[in-house]
Amino acid sequence: MFLTDIMPFKPVILWTDSLVYLLLIVVIIFAWYVRRNEHLLIPWKRVGHSVSGMMALTVLMLFISIGLLDTVHFRPALENNNSASIEKIYDVKVLSLFDIIATPLRTNIEKTYSAPFATHLYSKEIIELPEGGQIREFPRLKFGGSHLQNPEKQFSTDIAWRTLEGLCLGFSIWVISVTLLVKLIAYKSGMKFMPVLSIISRGETEIPWKYIFIMAALLLLIFGITLSLSTHYHIFGTDKVGQDVFYQALKSIRIGLIIGTITTLMMLPFALILGITAGYFKGWVDDVIQYIYTTLSSIPSVLLIAASVLMMQVYIGIHPELFDTMASRADLRLLFLCIILGVTSWTGLCRLLRGETLKIREMEYIQAAHAFGVSHWRIISRHILPNVMHIVLIATVMEFSGLVLAEAVLSYIGVGVDPSMISFGTMINSARLEMAREPMVWWALLASFGFMFTLVLSANLFADAVQDAFNPRVKTLRLINR
Amino acid sequence: MEQELEIQRNEVRLVNYIIRRMLYAIPILIGVNLITFTLFFVVNTPDDMARMHLGIKRVTPEAILKWKQERGYDKSLIYESAEKGADKFTNTIFFEKSTAMFFFDFGRADDGRDIAHEIKTRMLPSLAIALPVFILGLISYITFALIMVFFRATYIDLWGVVLCVAIMSISLLFYVIGGQFLISKLWHLVPISGFSGGLDIGKFLVLPVIIGVFSGSGASARWYRTIFLEEMGKDYVLTARAKGLPESIVLFRHVLGNAMIPILTGAVVLIPSLFMGSLILESFFGIPGLGSYTIDAISSQDFAVVRAMVFLGSFFYIIGLVLTDISYTLVDPRIRLE
Repeated sequence: MFLTDIMPFKPVILWTDSLVYLLLIVVIIFAWYVRRNEHLLIPWKRVGHSVSGMMALTVLMLFISIGLLDTVHFRPALENNNSASIEKIYDVKVLSLFDIIATPLRTNIEKTYSAPFATHLYSKEIIELPEGGQIREFPRLKFGGSHLQNPEKQFSTDIAWRTLEGLCLGFSIWVISVTLLVKLIAYKSGMKFMPVLSIISRGETEIPWKYIFIMAALLLLIFGITLSLSTHYHIFGTDKVGQDVFYQALKSIRIGLIIGTITTLMMLPFALILGITAGYFKGWVDDVIQYIYTTLSSIPSVLLIAASVLMMQVYIGIHPELFDTMASRADLRLLFLCIILGVTSWTGLCRLLRGETLKIREMEYIQAAHAFGVSHWRIISRHILPNVMHIVLIATVMEFSGLVLAEAVLSYIGVGVDPSMISFGTMINSARLEMAREPMVWWALLASFGFMFTLVLSANLFADAVQDAFNPRVKTLRLINR
Repeated sequence: MEQELEIQRNEVRLVNYIIRRMLYAIPILIGVNLITFTLFFVVNTPDDMARMHLGIKRVTPEAILKWKQERGYDKSLIYESAEKGADKFTNTIFFEKSTAMFFFDFGRADDGRDIAHEIKTRMLPSLAIALPVFILGLISYITFALIMVFFRATYIDLWGVVLCVAIMSISLLFYVIGGQFLISKLWHLVPISGFSGGLDIGKFLVLPVIIGVFSGSGASARWYRTIFLEEMGKDYVLTARAKGLPESIVLFRHVLGNAMIPILTGAVVLIPSLFMGSLILESFFGIPGLGSYTIDAISSQDFAVVRAMVFLGSFFYIIGLVLTDISYTLVDPRIRLE
């Protein structure tokens, strides 16, 4: 008997999933490598000492964990009515681990629009009265607040109780996790629990644990409240087809993260190989590579992306046989979008790397390596690559927030992710039309704004912390200003 | 006499330099042309595009042929062996569609209109919105950056930077939707969208210009602040302070003057591209410029227009690059024209 026969699901690894796993492995290996090398660890410690950077990282961690949960995909098995066949039938719908956790959000679908925390629909409908006759009224929602007998009277007390419940839940999770973390810190530094706690509360630790804990408390309290409220209400309302907007906003996080990270993964090989070769070999190689990136960068990026995506749409349109599920088609489109964004955005980093390599190759230690007869490959990989890595890292983190923002604009233009995919861009796009409705539907825009702003702001703040820590030029600036 | 000769020689050198820079732009433009040709005709053949346009399932070979004939796509890509002499190369898609773009002949759009004519009439509305955004933006960003630098290392500077980062973290789409809702729909100050060629053009332009300036302020003001701070660290600032000059004179006369060189030359590259307009602002506010033209073309999959806009956009950018080089040599006498 095979394992797949027992499992009530069939694991699905979409293209972007595999790249996310690859990225995760790369990050883990990189972290392990940095931990073992003191000189690489120093700038990271500087990042760790930045208050705003670490608070932003705490928020990012929450987003990343949601995104990762949403990356583990599978197709659940269906009830097999035909007992004659032994083979299992799997649903054509691809779900993720996050979908399972958020099942109530995903399956509680109303008829149409409903406002946040509403117990009734947003538009009047004709209702047949049991004793005959019809009235036009706002009908009750099927799920939002359906446990209330008399919504007008019970509503505020129910909300208050559930908020309190959520606060208690969030607070207890916070207390437990903080206790565990402080114990760990105490164990590592060889001190007792209480002194460590008092040092942290006075804010005297190198890593700003105090602020990290404050941020975590804030996040966990919000988490607790949303958890206890969202199972019984639609906290961000529902959209036109009655889907929960909060669920959509949570699903958008994965797309934003993927666009921000996988694009960089696609861009790095081009920028690294071409940039370093141009700077290292100079001469005609340099001329050719400079010509390539000047030409590419002279095309306005939005237009180049639009043209490429249009061509990709034609290709996908006339080859429908390549995709077995809707999800795999949308996923491949997302992957292509990342590739296109990567191919059109490597030129900036390439130019920086070329300039830096030109500088480094004139250093004495490179000349010494040449004199010893070290091969070009070895010089590049051992002596040049490690010395330009800080530029790559800064560019990567700086690029992230811009890409998340770009996704929204591209989806608006119509060259973004697949329209069937929920992303910040598609959410804003449909919210734009809802704002013009009478009465206005504003909650989808609010949800996408809130989530996107939090993600991009924390990414920007973290990027600043990384840049401050790694960029030697900024450091000298700081000294001058003092 | 000597001096006049020297000045004349310099002028000749400058003209030579400008001509050289312009010649250097030609291979780049050819490269752009090759890229667009590959994207639009090689990645997907004209047959594929016809099928996409006419509906994938129910499409006859005759319909495809007719579609291609209407657009002049019924030829060989690069080389036509049936023809004689030079016609082998000229009677092809590459020659008729790609090479013609160098002479600004973009062919016809799907609705039958001449693209070049359309571009000419749409350039001015684009400019009417892009130019004020550019000029007002430059002035306000520099002012904001100067204020932050003047109060550097105080809470004003800190909160200024925080504000910049917050402004940067909001998508342009939210500014447009929010601005339209607040100012047009709620307060009825200006019309939501529209455009007119007459004197009342102002009321249509106010909101998009304000939104355009504001949405870009975060990134730009922070960037200018960095440039100013970098300039503050130089030796001449130390000298000026040592002379006993007050901080305001050091900042506004010495630092501002020198920092304007990187700021202005960095802005020059954008000037020609102003003709292209802004995709988002124009389409949201219904301004009949090149930006909304592009968006319409993308959503109706009008490949000829998109191709023309890609070429035109690169053309303006390359002119911007040449202008940047020239402005460097004009502003900074240390740069030698060799």
